[in-house]
This record gives sequence, structure tokens and C-alpha cells, in this order.
Amino acid sequence: MFRMNILSPKIHLKDVRKAFGDKQVLNGIDLDIAPAESVVIIGGSGTGKSVLIKCILGILTADSGTIEVDGTNVTHTPAAQREAVNKKFGMLFQGAALFDSLPVWENVAFGLMQGEHMNRTEAKHRALETLARVGLAPTVGELSPSELSGGMQKRVALARAIAGNPEIVFFDEPTTGLDPIMADVINDLIIACVKDKGITALSITHDMHSARKIGDRIAMIYEGRLIWVGNAKDVDNAGNPYVDQFVHGRAEGPIKMQLRR
Amino acid sequence: MNFLALIGRVVLGFLLHLGRLTIFAGAAVSHCVRPPLYPRLIGRQMIDIGYYSLPVVGLTAIFSGMVLALQSYTGFARFSAESAVANVVVLSMTRELGPVLAGLMVAGRIGASMAAEIGTMRVTEQIDALTTLSTNPFKYLVVPRLLAGFFMLPLLVLVADIIGVFGGYLVGVYKLGFNPGVYINLTVDFLEPLDVISGLVKASVFGFIIALMGCYNGYFSKGGAQGVGAATTNAVVSASILILITNYIITELFFAI
Repeated sequence: MFRMNILSPKIHLKDVRKAFGDKQVLNGIDLDIAPAESVVIIGGSGTGKSVLIKCILGILTADSGTIEVDGTNVTHTPAAQREAVNKKFGMLFQGAALFDSLPVWENVAFGLMQGEHMNRTEAKHRALETLARVGLAPTVGELSPSELSGGMQKRVALARAIAGNPEIVFFDEPTTGLDPIMADVINDLIIACVKDKGITALSITHDMHSARKIGDRIAMIYEGRLIWVGNAKDVDNAGNPYVDQFVHGRAEGPIKMQLRR
Repeated sequence: MNFLALIGRVVLGFLLHLGRLTIFAGAAVSHCVRPPLYPRLIGRQMIDIGYYSLPVVGLTAIFSGMVLALQSYTGFARFSAESAVANVVVLSMTRELGPVLAGLMVAGRIGASMAAEIGTMRVTEQIDALTTLSTNPFKYLVVPRLLAGFFMLPLLVLVADIIGVFGGYLVGVYKLGFNPGVYINLTVDFLEPLDVISGLVKASVFGFIIALMGCYNGYFSKGGAQGVGAATTNAVVSASILILITNYIITELFFAI
């Protein structure tokens, strides 16, 4: 449906569907993402944004449809055989999802030590370098994640996501819960670490300022379908009443919030 | 009709859990025998289960041995069979009380902590993060705990047996007036290797059960803090019940006439 004329997309989604019991969360998602492109998916809570990313990552399995990464169909690849594909991915989780039991540097170096079997000394050196890229001093590496502020945790999570030099990075609500200044710092870091390095990025967010800033294209998901996909600069004049309502944050419009009285 | 539907729902729910637990246990065991393993994590879990559980298991064992000596003395005195006290203490400790009490104490201490830790990792997406970092959560979280439980509980029980028998000795010699040499002879003479071995086999099975129930309940926890709390409770309760059930089955296998 919303497929650009991309010759060899980095990520190719065709009619992806996923239901939990009676609830159809993804209802036929079609999307192509080009190499080095940054696509942002916007949409209300519970519309299936996180489920879509988890299906691509292999954390959840799509019921039907096709998910291809670099032309390889990974829709139903078992978790045990996804290692080669997962090495291409980096992921920044909404709540950072840092490992409490490990110091910051080991969090950043985790994928290098476990996935690439790098020795601890070299991995620590790489982790501290990556922390510097997101503006954190080497002393932060020795701290526990619980000693960090929300903004610093997001930076560490970003460092962890990019430490393994991934080809594709997923961002799940990267600026949620941050003050506007810190949110913009994170946006700038995402641009510096991902867009400027030619990494393919798929982000989901409610933050329209962030979406406009980090996205080349924006897609809106509603009731499990992509109802609009276009250039980030066109989102404010999309000509789609659903997108207009969401972008301008209006209570009145075709999107009805389920409120119980 | 509604009553029948309720029974059906309960039975289906039970079967669902049983099936999921069986698949989980099968996957966990298969990962235990396939590399890569994480020796550092296994070592850390062994210290947590074995070393840090020693005080609580030791205290439980010594007072159980002491009470056993006291109670059996007052009971046997009615039949002038006081000399059986040492025998009763050593057999009860090695065959039953050592493994069962150590199992129940470790279930409360370690099973709860496993469920809480893994449950928190589940609800904060740390387990999903492991997957995205090319790390199998089973190998990283479940296997070290299962192996540590399986191998460390017998060692704990061996120590508990010795401490429990020593507790009986203290009461027997210093309170009930037994001759120390006679008490030790009575203890050693009646003890068969099978008594100790059966207790150690039980301990290995209990260690596996405790780790399995802790990991399983934590792994499938959901719903935030409340879900983690429920997982912790379920881990301890289910492990404790399974310990008591398997204790009977193993006793039947070893000692049934």
C-alpha cells in the first residue's frame, strides 16, 4: 500500500498481521524502508507500534505476512536461528531496559562480549568510546544504571544500541519521559549517531517535534494499519483528518479515544 | 451449567500451565547440555545458592536435630528405648529432614529471589533486550540457575546433615546425659550409605525444582509490580508443594518394601 519504489529495501513489510486473542493489533502492515533511511511511526497508545517493532526483531512472531531484512525472509525464523539477523539490529527500549546487575560499561559492551565474543578489556575500551559519543564521561561507565538520571539512562541505552555498529536501529519512544531540553539532546544524538552514519532507523514516538527532527519519512498507524506515509516535512499538511488530529493533538476529530464514564 | 463451565475453565487453565511448564523445562534442560554455557554466571549462582544459604540452612538443621533428639527421647523413654535416640536423629536428618528442610528454606530464599529478579527483568523489557543483543535468555538466565540449584543443594544438604546430627549430639550428651563415645557409635553403626545417598538425590531434585519454578514464574510474569509479586509467591508455593510431593515419590522409590 505505502511502498515507495525502493529497489532493494533494507526492511520490507508486506501484509503483516498479528492478533492477541480476539484483538487484531496489526491488520495488514505494508512498508518498505530504504538503506540509511529514517522512518518514524506515529500513532496513539495501543495501536500496535511496539508490536510491529517486536515482530521485526523476532521478539514476537507475526501471524501472517512477510518481514524481510536485506531480502531475507525472517517472518517465522525461530529465535535460535535469528542470531545472524539480530547482529544487524540495535534497539533503544522505551524504559532503557538497562541490566541492573551490571555496571554501565558492561551494559554498553554486553552485545560485544556476548554476541561478538570480544574480550573484556577490548570491549570496555569500545564501550567507553561509545559512551563518549553520546556525551558521557568514562567515570559514568563504572556507575550502576540505578545511579543515573532518566536522560543519562537513555544515553546509555543509545550507546548500547549503537556499540555493535548495527545496520538498523530501532527506537521505541526515545524521548518519552524527558524534559524538552534533554529530549532535544537525545534527538541530536540520534541524528549524530544514526542518520549521519548512514544507519537505517525505525522509530516510534508520540513526540511530534522528535518525529519531524529525526525522521525522513513519517508513517501513521491507526487500528493496526498504516493510514498515511509521507515525507516528514509534509506531516503538518498531510490532508488526512486522522493525521491532522494527531499532529495537532486535538480531542475532536475522527479518532475517538475510548473513555469510560 | 455455569458451575461446569467454571470447572472446565479451571481444568483448561491448569493444563495450559502444565503444558507451558513442560515445554519450558524441556527447553531449559536441552540448553543445559548444549554450549555455550556461562561459567561466570554459573559460579555466581552457585555462590548465591550454596554459600549464602549456609547460615539459614545451618540454623534450621541444628535446631531440628536438637528438637528431634529431645522429642524422641521423651517418646522412647516410655518404652525404655532411649538408646534409639541417636539412630532416630541420624536417619531422620539424612533421609528426610535434611533435604526437605533445606529445600523449603532455599525455596523461600532463592526461589523467591529468582522469580523476583527474572520477573522484574521481564516487565522492564530487559529479557527482550537480551534477545536483541544476540543473547539467548534461556542460556543467560535459566541455565546457570538450574545447574547451580541441581549441584549446590546436595552440598548444602550434606552440611545440613552433619550440623543436624551435631545438634542431636549436643542435646543427647549435654542435656540427656548420653556418653559421647556411645552416642557417636550408635550414630555411625546404624547409618547406611543409602540413607545419605537418598537424601542427596532428593536434594538434587529439589534444587532443580526450586530453580525451575523460580525461573518459570519469573519468565512469564506480567503486569508490573503486582505481577512480579504474584510470580514470587507462586514460585515459593509451587516449589514447596512439589518438594513435598517428589519427596514422597523418591522415598517410595528408594525404600518401599
